[in-house]
Amino acid sequence: MNNHNGNDRTEFVFSGFGGQGVMFVGQLLAYAAMDAGFNVTWIPSYGPEMRGGTAHCTTIVSRKPIGSPMSPRPHVAVVLNLPSFTRYEPLVREGGLLVVNSALVSLTSHRQDMRTLDIPATTIAENLGSVRAANMVLLGAALTAQPALPLAAAHSALEAHLPPQHRSLLALNHAALDAGAAVVLERL
Amino acid sequence: MVKELLKGNVAIAEAAVRAGCRAYFGYPITPQTELLEYLSSRMIALGRVFLQAESEVAAINMVYGAACTGARVMTSSSSPGFSLMQEGLSYIAASDLPCVVVDVMRGGPGLGNILPSQGDYFQVTRSAGHGDYHPIVLAPATVQEAIDMTVLAFDLADHYRHLVILALDGLIGQMMEPAELPEWQADPPTPDWAVTGAAHRAPNRITSMHLRADESEAYNQHIQRRLEHIRAAEQRSIEMYTDDAELLVIGFGSAGRIAASAVEMAREDGLNVGLFRPQTLYPFPSDRLAELAEQVGACLVVEMNAGQMLDDVRLAVSGRAPVEFFGRMGGAIPLPEEILDTIEMLCWSLHVVE
Amino acid sequence: MIPAAELERVYERPESLTALHTNYCPGCTHGVAHRLVAEALDELELREQTILVAPVGCAVFAYEYFNLDGCEAAHGRAPAMATGIKRLLPDRTVLTYQGDGDLASIGIAEIIHAAARGEPITTIFVNNAIYGMTGGQMAPTSLPNQRTTSSPSGRDVALTGQPLRVSEMLATLPGAAYIVRRSLHDPANIRKAKKAILTAIQVQQRGLGFSMVELLSTCPTNWGMTPAEALTWVKDHMLSIYPLGDYKVSDAARELSA
Repeated sequence: MNNHNGNDRTEFVFSGFGGQGVMFVGQLLAYAAMDAGFNVTWIPSYGPEMRGGTAHCTTIVSRKPIGSPMSPRPHVAVVLNLPSFTRYEPLVREGGLLVVNSALVSLTSHRQDMRTLDIPATTIAENLGSVRAANMVLLGAALTAQPALPLAAAHSALEAHLPPQHRSLLALNHAALDAGAAVVLERL
Repeated sequence: MVKELLKGNVAIAEAAVRAGCRAYFGYPITPQTELLEYLSSRMIALGRVFLQAESEVAAINMVYGAACTGARVMTSSSSPGFSLMQEGLSYIAASDLPCVVVDVMRGGPGLGNILPSQGDYFQVTRSAGHGDYHPIVLAPATVQEAIDMTVLAFDLADHYRHLVILALDGLIGQMMEPAELPEWQADPPTPDWAVTGAAHRAPNRITSMHLRADESEAYNQHIQRRLEHIRAAEQRSIEMYTDDAELLVIGFGSAGRIAASAVEMAREDGLNVGLFRPQTLYPFPSDRLAELAEQVGACLVVEMNAGQMLDDVRLAVSGRAPVEFFGRMGGAIPLPEEILDTIEMLCWSLHVVE
Repeated sequence: MIPAAELERVYERPESLTALHTNYCPGCTHGVAHRLVAEALDELELREQTILVAPVGCAVFAYEYFNLDGCEAAHGRAPAMATGIKRLLPDRTVLTYQGDGDLASIGIAEIIHAAARGEPITTIFVNNAIYGMTGGQMAPTSLPNQRTTSSPSGRDVALTGQPLRVSEMLATLPGAAYIVRRSLHDPANIRKAKKAILTAIQVQQRGLGFSMVELLSTCPTNWGMTPAEALTWVKDHMLSIYPLGDYKVSDAARELSA
């Protein structure tokens, strides 16, 4: 049996409380992938995994056309709060990556068949100027550990697609992406 | 034009604007509400008509009135709301009026849920209201196709003076994908049948009433002749790996694109499987499917319902090949892996039979 | 022989009516109502600018009887259909012509919301307290104890409630600019009805808001009366339940009706 969709396709799930920028970080990744010439789909909390209190979205980045936009077993799960950790920690595909906002999640994964990155993203973002950039810290970390796209693509997507009302946060978001990447590089 | 990352519901709304939609009347219902919200500012900014109606019943009858003026008009809803529009749809169809209705299907029956479903297949294809007629029904599987089919819907509606339904499920309505928006269309001239005030001509009258049996039957024959033209000219479908397929997987909309993933996996596993994805649900692409049925060993219909398009497949295949079914219901979305399991089982049984 | 020079034309068919014979029963006041609307449109020189939305009910063929562009709505939905037309063609005059089953029962939501939006359309509401076309069933407007084919012992208000007074109800809505009730049971009242219809259409022309003229009317066939008895029944029984009067005349509309 083949390892279907092997290295052509990376499925990301972003999950956290409403207000943590979960939808936007998933969309930003989708913009970055689109601008870099990939096929991409983004779907919001919408499907059999829907549950109250927590917002999540799925972004799929693929060299080939994307059939199913669903990801029951993501390659990369980025979890910003405890309910999201509980939900997605067991679902990450073997060999995949779990990125945990350890500033808000006290648990850690004991799975040996995947990589786990505990990143105190909220604390890092707060030191940079606003807790709201925690989502970008985690994206920076995720793309550094699992380079489905170059981090530069995320920086370009920020320039091109950050909504006008949030332009004042542009520098903060760039810094947050880099800070997340730096944490991962330090640990290598 | 450049590709943009667009949400299905919003993409349809903007495509409608560019296709020359002059008026939108609608009522909020998940999972289509972004379409209404988008148009609430967009149409007003363009000096066009947007009105949030008091109900889907009112919305479809506002569309009925607006369509009488010869303008391109649209409404959108989701399954329970679409059910409420049935009477108005039938009147519109029986008045030879062009209009476009978007149904972003959700889980049912009843209040059901807001999750993606294809449970309205019968409702949209079999008549969408009382009496003998079928709307033209287009079923996109991607955001790009949703855009292209929105423009096509307006063109077909005008060309045939017929009701056109864009039937998608919540997954495509809610999903963002890179897609290209269409060019702006020029407004078509006001048709000579429109009610605009009887100045310097005899009055135009738009009605769906034919009291005498002979008149009514003649009118019905007129609709049936139109549907014959539509069946001859407008069957549309997409194929993948059908040249050497032993097993033909058939699905529309989201189920079709998910089935495409399963077919790709099956091909990687060396199985001779193909995909047939109807883009028009009415007219159903029976002609091409009948040809394919001659060359395959079996068909597998995949739907997000209990097996509705299955009826049309069986009619088209007409005993040329066995027709199997895999479905998920009530908002459950099939996984490529579970479709693949069924594909493997069917391919295995085909070879055992040989 | 009277010399031609002394002949004066004192009565003719309004241009806004067609020559078609109506299907209305003898003594039915729909014909009078049609004529009043047609005369008003002729006098305001609006025939070529007007679109009529016909109801389901006895007046279902109104679009054939009026020499106007017209269309035929689903039961109760005329105000929604008229809204669609008026929004696309704001400089045209759009009328709905509706009976009490159509407007006060199945279409009550559409008429309330059209009025609430201040939709600049004009509704001619023909209230004869019964379903005519389907053969005399009870309407929301039927009088207490009124015998109908679906209330054969008389309308029991304990079971079916009191008659619905639509003009009074719509008058509470800020979007309604001109809401009046008139009657067609005698010539003096018919003249007042004509004046009200003229005003209502002018209210629409000026874009002042929603306008409606309720016309108390007869249904001799389903009431089981002669035409003359039916007119008397309107006066003796309907006027007390449905008092005539101006229920809403906005300040701007008052200048018109003065």
